[in-house]
Amino acid sequence: MDFDTIAAISTPMGEGAIAIVRLSGDEAIAIADKIFQAPNRKNLAVQATHTIHYGHLIDPKTEEVVEEVMLSLMRGPKTFTREDVVEINCHGGIVSVNRVLQLVLRYGARLAEPGEFTKRAFLNGRIDLSQAEAVMDLIRAKTDRAMNVALTQMDGKLSRLIGELRQALLETLAQVEVNIDYPEYDDVEEMTVPVLLEKCSWVRDEIDKLLTTSSQGKILREGLSTVILGRPNVGKSSLLNSLVHENKAIVTNIAGTTRDIIEEYVNVRGVPLRLVDTAGIRETEDIVERIGVERSREALKGADLILLVLNGAESLSAEDERLFETIEQMDYIVVVNKTDLQQQIDLQRVKKLAGGRRIVTTSLLKEEGVVELEEAIAALFFEGQVEGGDMTYVSNARHIALLHQARQTIEDALNAANAGVPVDMVQIDVTRTWEILGEIVGDTVQESLINQLFSQFCLGK
Amino acid sequence: MPTQYEAGTFDVIVIGAGHAGAEAAYAAAKLGAKTLMLTINLDMIAFMPCNPSIGGPAKGIVVREIDALGGLMGKVIDKTHIQMRMLNTGKGPAVRALRAQADKVLYQQEMKRLLEEQENLQIHQAMVEELIVEDGEVKGVITQIGGIYRAKSVIITTGTFLRGEIILGDLKYSSGPNNQQPSIKLADNLKELGFDIIRFKTGTPPRVNNRTIDYSKTEIQPGDDVPRAFSFETTEFIMDQLPCWLTYTSTTTHQIIEENLHLSPMYSGMIKGTGPRYCPSIEDKVVRFNDKPRHQIFLEPEGRNTREVYVQGLSTSLPEHVQKKLIASVPGLENAEMMRAGYAIEYDAVIPTQLWPTLETKRIKNLYTAGQINGTSGYEEAAAQGLMAGINAASKILGKEETILSRSDAYIGVLIDDLVTKGTNEPYRLLTSRAEYRLLLRHDNADMRLIDIGYNIGMVSEERYAKFTAKREQIEQEIARLREVIVKPNADTQAAIRSVGGTELKDGIRGADLLKRPEMHYDLVASLTPSDKEFSEEVKEQIEIQLKYEGYIQKALQQVERLRKMEDKKIPENIDYDAISGLATEARQKLKSVHPLSIAQASRISGVNPADISILLVYIEQGKIARVAND
Repeated sequence: MDFDTIAAISTPMGEGAIAIVRLSGDEAIAIADKIFQAPNRKNLAVQATHTIHYGHLIDPKTEEVVEEVMLSLMRGPKTFTREDVVEINCHGGIVSVNRVLQLVLRYGARLAEPGEFTKRAFLNGRIDLSQAEAVMDLIRAKTDRAMNVALTQMDGKLSRLIGELRQALLETLAQVEVNIDYPEYDDVEEMTVPVLLEKCSWVRDEIDKLLTTSSQGKILREGLSTVILGRPNVGKSSLLNSLVHENKAIVTNIAGTTRDIIEEYVNVRGVPLRLVDTAGIRETEDIVERIGVERSREALKGADLILLVLNGAESLSAEDERLFETIEQMDYIVVVNKTDLQQQIDLQRVKKLAGGRRIVTTSLLKEEGVVELEEAIAALFFEGQVEGGDMTYVSNARHIALLHQARQTIEDALNAANAGVPVDMVQIDVTRTWEILGEIVGDTVQESLINQLFSQFCLGK
Repeated sequence: MPTQYEAGTFDVIVIGAGHAGAEAAYAAAKLGAKTLMLTINLDMIAFMPCNPSIGGPAKGIVVREIDALGGLMGKVIDKTHIQMRMLNTGKGPAVRALRAQADKVLYQQEMKRLLEEQENLQIHQAMVEELIVEDGEVKGVITQIGGIYRAKSVIITTGTFLRGEIILGDLKYSSGPNNQQPSIKLADNLKELGFDIIRFKTGTPPRVNNRTIDYSKTEIQPGDDVPRAFSFETTEFIMDQLPCWLTYTSTTTHQIIEENLHLSPMYSGMIKGTGPRYCPSIEDKVVRFNDKPRHQIFLEPEGRNTREVYVQGLSTSLPEHVQKKLIASVPGLENAEMMRAGYAIEYDAVIPTQLWPTLETKRIKNLYTAGQINGTSGYEEAAAQGLMAGINAASKILGKEETILSRSDAYIGVLIDDLVTKGTNEPYRLLTSRAEYRLLLRHDNADMRLIDIGYNIGMVSEERYAKFTAKREQIEQEIARLREVIVKPNADTQAAIRSVGGTELKDGIRGADLLKRPEMHYDLVASLTPSDKEFSEEVKEQIEIQLKYEGYIQKALQQVERLRKMEDKKIPENIDYDAISGLATEARQKLKSVHPLSIAQASRISGVNPADISILLVYIEQGKIARVAND
């Protein structure tokens, strides 16, 4: 409708060697230019249409290299949407592709609504009449699902926090407004610059905290922190290897070979995992190993998910029982390994200890049960909503993009207030911040400001 | 039933002669339509039944907009005020606004005189009881004494008269404001014609005799001692002004209210209509904000030739004997004699989503409603709607294009769009916070925004327009000059900058950039970049505001531009929302009832979400393709 520049991840979420972030709109090439750097520093704006360019994406603010990419540049009208289109080919996997998406959103693109590329293609005359109905169905269906996902996935804590920030802003705004609309009322406190600065700084700091600590943000940036836990020599490193499909950790049959924490990023059925293999947790005299053990306990604290590995060929030890106790409050999956050997373990007892959590049996040696494990991880993460999985990321990416925008507008407000701009102008950016935060929780109604005005202050003839 | 007779044929009939009716009749006549204005009482033209003041934040800007569009309110108040003040001078330019205290009687007289002198306009005293409607189209009106007046178009501006009921303590009687005759048959007629009606309530405070006020216990509130005017055309300013006075309620006042709350019709359940939150009665204030030790009371003279004083802040519908006690409890009013009691009034209003943005009703062709009947409150809101209804009714008859102001054009645009798109569940008052682009909708630039429109419609004279375009050129040229000229960091410059507490220049700087510094003013920058031109204060102000706040203004303009694309996407009038698959049920219902004219308007309806808008867009585009295919 308004043809601003939109962006989205255009390849399916999950595995895949490469992924594509697509931009469409008048500003597509300009936005790409802001963040793209080719080895010869060429300017995309002057490049021919339908060309492909190698280079790096660099965040101009931090000068941090975000990705190594191939970038396809296509000018309208000979594109899918008939607008200028830039396709950024980056490494597959949710973490990297999300970083790219975040970057283009921060530098001027708007996250595409469900079906919006198709919609634009249609509105720009690219798709014929017979496809129109399908487009409408698509919009409806995708939006409904996105809304469901947004509603169920929205972190209650996040929404509460944003609610608090908005309320603080709303009260500030109401006071600015009341000073404007009822200047003769001397019993309403004047909203002064110092008060405004104080409130706005608080909001900015809270947004900063959210951006660095919100679990969605963390998972997107860093993956789901997953700790592989178990007694020595139960097959933890083998499990890691199976998941990574590479031999990076040393694997031997001598207890205590893994001396340090090894981290690997993997993508399990669309779930980004940051796998942490720990040195076996147990009391030990070996100094080197003890350092590893201490770090293991640290890693455990920050974990989002634990894979507890047990040796099926041995009976449950007291150590195993203690491990169950240690992680009692956490999300975990029990992996009973070594099914290729004679089974000694009491599965009934394991089930009882696991208290309803998923239990998977594997033979990592024979590469059996890994698929089931991967499914269990995905199922746990999506809470049975594998179908809507993509949307979870998209709406999270949306939250983060909006938080960045809110961060920017509240910063604008602070700068203006510091520069002596009148309060009622600073208010423009404060209002915008309030609106953006409202988009996160799906609520931007002007009426609420007016309601606040009349409930907070006593006014009238 | 009286004997009926044919009383004449007109282009436009305006029912009512309040603030909406006066502007409507004037505009229609001015545009060349043969116009008749009917009023129940000829002595009540442009009467102010409530506070004797015009303007204030947002509302004052509306008066400026009315003036830029060629309306009357600004000119009349400029000639008849007893005091004028610029509000919010300590804040940014976007929220400055004028407010005037009116001499009620002089205001009425001046408005009546202007209307009487207007060509094409007949004024007649009569109460309209019935609309003549044929095939969904209005054809005229019938009065109480049997006059049949035929017309191509009718504008109803009956304010609070429709089934008006005054409530005072346990007393409730049928009446218009200030004990005038209420209009009951017309209210019945509108219901019969199928309009959805809502019941609203408003109120007014008591008046006292200033001979009996002890002003020594109050604070004086004088007007500004510089010339002020609403109208861009006013050249004579009233400097002989009367002050207002400020006092407060006391703990006794609050005690009296609490003791007598059971006598208040608001709390006894006698009043059912919804009152406005921004004009609460004193009993409301005391109950809702009972932690506040006192409330402000402004004593406002009602005119130069009267001792009657309006007690702003004491709006109430408590019984008269309680009101007397209340007055006596206010410092300065201990011995004040009450001249009129305050009262609440309930009345019928037309739910305004039944109107097109031209203020024509959707139900009946060529019938318009404007002012308080549309659920608004305030003289300025009424006048603005009257003006637009008058312009649109006349334009339609004369075969000219209708005029719809957008939310970024004017507060009037915000007002009408809010009414017809969202409706209202309490008497609607304009507030600056209702405008998204209030930085664009300023007091100072009302002419820059609207005179072109007023001129093109035919409301603004050639002479006035020529003056305006000269001013606009001066502004543009001087801004262009300041963008080019370089201020060098010499001794004079540095001294001048130091004198206003600024930081000295390191290098040369463009005049425009220097002016953007918060401490800088046009005169100072001009003195550092001499030119041979002299400008009026008005022009200097424009240059300063346009340059100083350029960044914010640009941001707002970009938002407007984005929205404009949606405004330009028109929704066909004959669209069948039931035929669009995929619309959510709530959205479908709302769209069917509001019938938005553009995608932008549709997106402002509560309950219509972005997915519905997308679907609507696709549907409309699809219709276009289908039409092309069929051609």
